[in-house]
Amino acid sequence: MDYFLEIFLSGLTRGSIYALIALGYTMVYGIIELINFAHGEIYMIGAFTALIIASVLTTLGMSGPAVLILAGIVAVIYASAYGFTVEKIAYKPLRGASRLSPLISAIGMSIFLQNYVMLAQTSDFLPFPNLLPELPFLESTAHIMGSTDFIIIATTAVVMVALTLLIKFTRMGKAMRATAQDRNMAMLVGVNVNRVISATFIIGSALAAIGGVLIASHIGRINFYIGFIAGIKAFTAAVLGGIGSIPGAVLGGLVLGWTECFATGYVSSDYEDAFAFALLVLILILRPAGILGKASVQKV
Amino acid sequence: MTFRQEMKKALLTSAWFVFLTFPILVIRVNTIENVIEWRWLNMMWIAAGSFILSLLWSFYFGRKTGDPGKKTEAFAPADKAGSLFRNPRFRMPALVLTALFATAFPFLFSVYQTSIMTTALMYVVLGLGLNIIVGLAGLLNLGYVAFYAVGAYSYALLHYHFGLGFWVVLPLGGLLATLFAILLGFPVLRLRGDYLAIVTLGFGEIVRLILENWNEFSFGPSGISNIPRPGLLGLDLNLDTATIYLYYLMIGLCLITIFVFGRIRDSRIGRALIALREDEIACQAMGIDKARTKLLAFALGSTWAGLMGVIFAAKTTFVNPASFTFLESAMILSIVVLGGMGSILGVVLGAFLLILLPEYLRAFSDYRMLLFGTTMVIMMIFRPQGIITGIRRTYQFRGGSIDGATAGK
Repeated sequence: MDYFLEIFLSGLTRGSIYALIALGYTMVYGIIELINFAHGEIYMIGAFTALIIASVLTTLGMSGPAVLILAGIVAVIYASAYGFTVEKIAYKPLRGASRLSPLISAIGMSIFLQNYVMLAQTSDFLPFPNLLPELPFLESTAHIMGSTDFIIIATTAVVMVALTLLIKFTRMGKAMRATAQDRNMAMLVGVNVNRVISATFIIGSALAAIGGVLIASHIGRINFYIGFIAGIKAFTAAVLGGIGSIPGAVLGGLVLGWTECFATGYVSSDYEDAFAFALLVLILILRPAGILGKASVQKV
Repeated sequence: MTFRQEMKKALLTSAWFVFLTFPILVIRVNTIENVIEWRWLNMMWIAAGSFILSLLWSFYFGRKTGDPGKKTEAFAPADKAGSLFRNPRFRMPALVLTALFATAFPFLFSVYQTSIMTTALMYVVLGLGLNIIVGLAGLLNLGYVAFYAVGAYSYALLHYHFGLGFWVVLPLGGLLATLFAILLGFPVLRLRGDYLAIVTLGFGEIVRLILENWNEFSFGPSGISNIPRPGLLGLDLNLDTATIYLYYLMIGLCLITIFVFGRIRDSRIGRALIALREDEIACQAMGIDKARTKLLAFALGSTWAGLMGVIFAAKTTFVNPASFTFLESAMILSIVVLGGMGSILGVVLGAFLLILLPEYLRAFSDYRMLLFGTTMVIMMIFRPQGIITGIRRTYQFRGGSIDGATAGK
């Protein structure tokens, strides 16, 4: 039973991270119907920025949770700035072009960012300092759930609630929902669509950066390539839950996290990534709209 | 915009990029020795570079919005090259010269050069194969390399276990790749285009993971070596002659591919594919079976990857999973995007550019992938149709007036 619980909780941890990244995909897709391939790279840049800032702060003599908080904040700011810039450069000029163009542009951007980080930093794995504090009250359950897991799950839950509130109750959230429903109509009633799209990219990137910092401290090492696989998996999670739906992304992330952890825990650990992709293909065959998604009817 | 405003905007852009690239490009940390390296020079480069680019950008877009007539003129040279090639008076001598050069190549240059040229020709075929899927049918396939891997491993494994030769496996490799394409495409092609991109990407990764992890089947990351080169009528070829032989083989295969691609494009299937790319709903209304036609394109395109896989295994005499990463797919895709979707000449040029340039500019090769990415973005923004626009064949009615034709019925 302990083994089961342990796997269940590590699935929950992993699923929370997928959900954080998947939210960025699903929000962008909901608004401009584009698979933002560069999103995984934004997550990677978030993790790298945090690592760099944390190292600089450590050499300056700081230590403890202050480093984590500062590095996290800078990472979120930078990831948002990158998300914003990527949209302005690679997607905005292509609004209204055929479907294939922005997708290819997004892949180009993803390759560019990966190699930019690789050339500017290193292609090796860098050890990431464990910045997350040890929580004393979890000592008794540490063999099942460590404090890292707890912090990841708790942070994700807080972020989700904040995001839901933002989308439900603020003016910007309302504008986002309106743009997702019908961009032209939103424009007609006075929504500044360009600003909404920028805001979506900024929020999505910020969430990805939070995910990046958390998982980097959890796993303990990063390199320029982590965004690629994480990006595909998060996209899988978004599709799994029904792309465009925010609760769907969270659910999809959790389902994917559990699938992976149970599959590696009970079957084999060599094919961890293959299980995720197999799940994606299965879902697309059986239920293309996803778990919570609505099947869309194409009208002329 | 006045000059002053433009300068101000360029300065702001420059400042933004300096801010953006600051942590990653300026600071380099060595977490093992706890040393931090500050590279202020990079910052200067970024500041100057983004300033100039921003000015160019506003110049281009300012002209585009200011005078819409000018826009087409900016790229007139490239279009001229395309139309020049279509002009029969220029076309024949050009083709003859190219043919002579291609035939004489192994005798003019070293074996090493011939081997590089063979690689470039392989990418021409791969590019044309992917062009059927991406260029004609508009299906974004990001896992094309998986089918390439299927071809390469089918030669390696069939030779290892059953001792089958190159010429037997060549068609088999193509067939196996087609089979895989049908198996994968069948469930997926009913879906919207963007899902296909992700699923093919996932499939490519699955194939690579299986090859890497299933040691009993594929010998894992160490790969399979000692794959024989293709034989010529039972003759025993040494390394040099084998390379030259492979080169001519590739020339032949290239010509076949170009011929087949042209025939497919102008056939009923090709027209259905182009129509599907443009408007699926209208196509279905016209009675085109959407799923079947897409599957056909997917399978036809993947066959070439399978064939090239066999050639690849025969050329390098060694296969391992590291040759079949996503980067390979991205490279083939950028050949198609750069060259021009749906165009033959464009893909040939694209393949030569992207394979030969990094080969001869060695200092460049670190930046190769960076440039691929940039190229894809820039091409999509400024010239989504590629260097050479794929022409749409049009037929002209010749033979009297339309009245005469209808009266004759």
